[in-house]
Amino acid sequence: MLNRTVAPSRHDIQDIDLVQPDEVVFDNGLRVFIFSAPTQELIKAEFIFQNIFNGSENSLLHTCASHMLKEGTKTRTSAQIAEEIDFYGAYLMPEYSFDQTALTLYSLNKHLGAVLPVVHDILNEAIFPEAELETYIRNNKQTLQISLQKNEYVARRLFFKNLFGESRYGRIPTEEAYDKLNREDLIALYQKQVQPQNCTLILSGNITDDVLKQIRELFDVQWTNTENLDGIMKPEFPVFIPTTVLDERADALQSAIRLGMPAINRVHPDFPAIQFVNTLLGGYFGSRLMRNIREEKGFTYSIGSAFASLQHTGFFTIATEVGVDSTQATLTEIEKELDILRDIQATEQEIALVKNYILGSILGTIESIFSHADKFKAVYFYGLDLSYYTRYNEIIRNMTAADVQRVANTYFDYNNLLKIIVGKVY
Amino acid sequence: MIKYQRFTLDNGLRVLVHEDHTTAMACVNILYDVGARDESPDKTGFAHLFEHLMFGGSVNIPNYDTPLQEVGGENNAFTSNDITNYYITLPSANLETAFWLESDRMLSLAFSEQSLEVQRNVVCEEFKQRYLNQPYGDVWLRLRPLAYKEHPYRWATIGKELRPIEEATMEDVKAFFFEHYLPNNAIMVVAGDVTFDQVKTLAEKWFANIPARSKPERKLPREPKQLAPRREEVYADIPVNSIYIAFHGPGRTDPDYPVMDLLSDILSRGSSSRLYRALVKDQPLFSEVNAYVCGSIDPNLIVIEGKPLPHMDMAEAEKLLWNQLDILKSEMMKETELQKVKNKIESTMVFAELSILDRAMNLAFFEVLGDADLYNQEVAKYLAVTPSDIQRIAREIFTPDNSSTLIYYAKEQKHAE
Repeated sequence: MLNRTVAPSRHDIQDIDLVQPDEVVFDNGLRVFIFSAPTQELIKAEFIFQNIFNGSENSLLHTCASHMLKEGTKTRTSAQIAEEIDFYGAYLMPEYSFDQTALTLYSLNKHLGAVLPVVHDILNEAIFPEAELETYIRNNKQTLQISLQKNEYVARRLFFKNLFGESRYGRIPTEEAYDKLNREDLIALYQKQVQPQNCTLILSGNITDDVLKQIRELFDVQWTNTENLDGIMKPEFPVFIPTTVLDERADALQSAIRLGMPAINRVHPDFPAIQFVNTLLGGYFGSRLMRNIREEKGFTYSIGSAFASLQHTGFFTIATEVGVDSTQATLTEIEKELDILRDIQATEQEIALVKNYILGSILGTIESIFSHADKFKAVYFYGLDLSYYTRYNEIIRNMTAADVQRVANTYFDYNNLLKIIVGKVY
Repeated sequence: MIKYQRFTLDNGLRVLVHEDHTTAMACVNILYDVGARDESPDKTGFAHLFEHLMFGGSVNIPNYDTPLQEVGGENNAFTSNDITNYYITLPSANLETAFWLESDRMLSLAFSEQSLEVQRNVVCEEFKQRYLNQPYGDVWLRLRPLAYKEHPYRWATIGKELRPIEEATMEDVKAFFFEHYLPNNAIMVVAGDVTFDQVKTLAEKWFANIPARSKPERKLPREPKQLAPRREEVYADIPVNSIYIAFHGPGRTDPDYPVMDLLSDILSRGSSSRLYRALVKDQPLFSEVNAYVCGSIDPNLIVIEGKPLPHMDMAEAEKLLWNQLDILKSEMMKETELQKVKNKIESTMVFAELSILDRAMNLAFFEVLGDADLYNQEVAKYLAVTPSDIQRIAREIFTPDNSSTLIYYAKEQKHAE
């Protein structure tokens, strides 16, 4: 007779086995990393540029430049670019993040030759037409108005503003800032930033010799550097003051809560251990915050926490949306959870669970060759290599309750958190 | 193209196995053939509330999530108007844990009062977060009852309102479980680093002794043909006016479904699409436009929506949207434009097959449509569509009598900031 009360035996979870890319440096300084998967029908080509700031930390300009890359070149209109890319079933996506701007192409292998010249044109001859800029500004101002009605969005803005001030990480879009965008600044940024010596190209998929030859022809021989890379600024951050900011919304049904503080980033040796403690606290469905605030109290649909890494800093954040009646109670419970994390050692059972959960989810992040490239990207720009993941898994496997408590006492402190509340406090 | 093998247990549970040994993971996807369309009109939102309760412990296992996390697994679920779908991904070495957990909650739940109490609150907060506390969040709470008068698609998955969720009793919960959660009303897909024989052995071990019960007969009212335009206008605390026009169209298995789907792609997929070019880029008329198909199993909706720029007259804006639909009706489109959206379908299908979970979900969904093999025939159906098909369906669908229009007007801004 089958005994359904007894769990099947557990088996150890293996480490991930990551693909080491081939590296080629072109004569123009472009670094190329190749992740080869001969059976893959799609090719992904990511042109990644370090965000360059000189003279100002106005990151809105970078966001705009990234969005507008595809909006016209000397020989192609915005409509023509869209038409050519769409016709071949390809995807060409500008992607902006705090530290890098990327132009990412996905194409079926058979159409790659047809779409690469469009990418080449965009990276060499983009002109940021005035009319397209006006459209960009107009539509983004309208979208901003809508976003500003979302408590969660407002909380996120206040959070970054308070954490990072006037630096690139703290700049938030406003109508006035959109109105100040202009072609001259965009073109100057493009000239400085979009050039081979500031670019990393990551190729994944069935990268044959023939594909590489096409890439070399277009992005080595026919792509030259325009300016030297001097005058690059490093961000300066305001002194962090853990205040409470309440933005009252009379009609709110829910309050958006966002707490956090600046923190270490991925290069710090404690980063993997911090990820462990954060997972236990608020990083997965079974986390303490979810169990307490959602599964026991029913205050929210979701609550989560994260330690994020940026090039020049990092930050810790806890975010949730709760019924207005539960706003104060939620804050109290979060404080309680952080105190418990510091004061009381976790059980062996919980430590074992979090270990396995993390190891399983790392294994699950590898789905295709593109996942291998993503893992590489996540460390490469910090000057780290793939051995980071070996170290990471080793630290996760060896975490003890005492380690958790030490990390909690070093990095997790409710009294040292910035507290943003958009909605109502009862 | 997804390869799979299948078998059916004596209790009627259908099992599909897709082997892929390039991954170290396995996934177990169980689709129950029950959705919001199977609810009674006075208990809407129940299928979805029930999905939450499926995580509140089963008859022999007090906690669902913990044992799964202990073996490195993750899970989630979603409910639509048509189906309820549960899925687990975990390291393949621990596959049996998924069978243990899923079979026990198919057998019976713990029916804990505490879990019901808490999940009622969680779902109410979800209702507020997604539908009430968002600008335009209640679009579907308004658009569905406008477009559907008889068919249960007239309510959203979350439910018509909060009340029936707040009032749900344990009796309701048990009745729902025993009516719909049966092995013969479920489809299980196991994919990834697994073998057919292994899955067969595990399925026999864990699922074979769950008794079959009689499967509920689905007798949904047919939505009568709409005979006149419908319209609703709302003044809301939103910053920007917005237009939604919904048209009735073919269901998911109708031969004309791919035609309607491509029609929506021609209108709004990618930055070269017609609505985006004509109304956002070439002239400053709208800040955003979109067209999409709901993808429902029973006769569908295709929706055209847009947010006009502040200077636009609303009647004029609506006319501009119609104008684009009329062009599709009056002018035969070029082969090359159709080829473009077909090419996109081809690459999208490759994307959809990158993850084992997506493959498993697709197999389960097409099996509930009638046969998992339909998934592998899908691209061919899209490629066979001709410009005259597009024109025929545009003429059939895009008529005023078949339309339900919802307009949001921004109330005068009251806060002086």
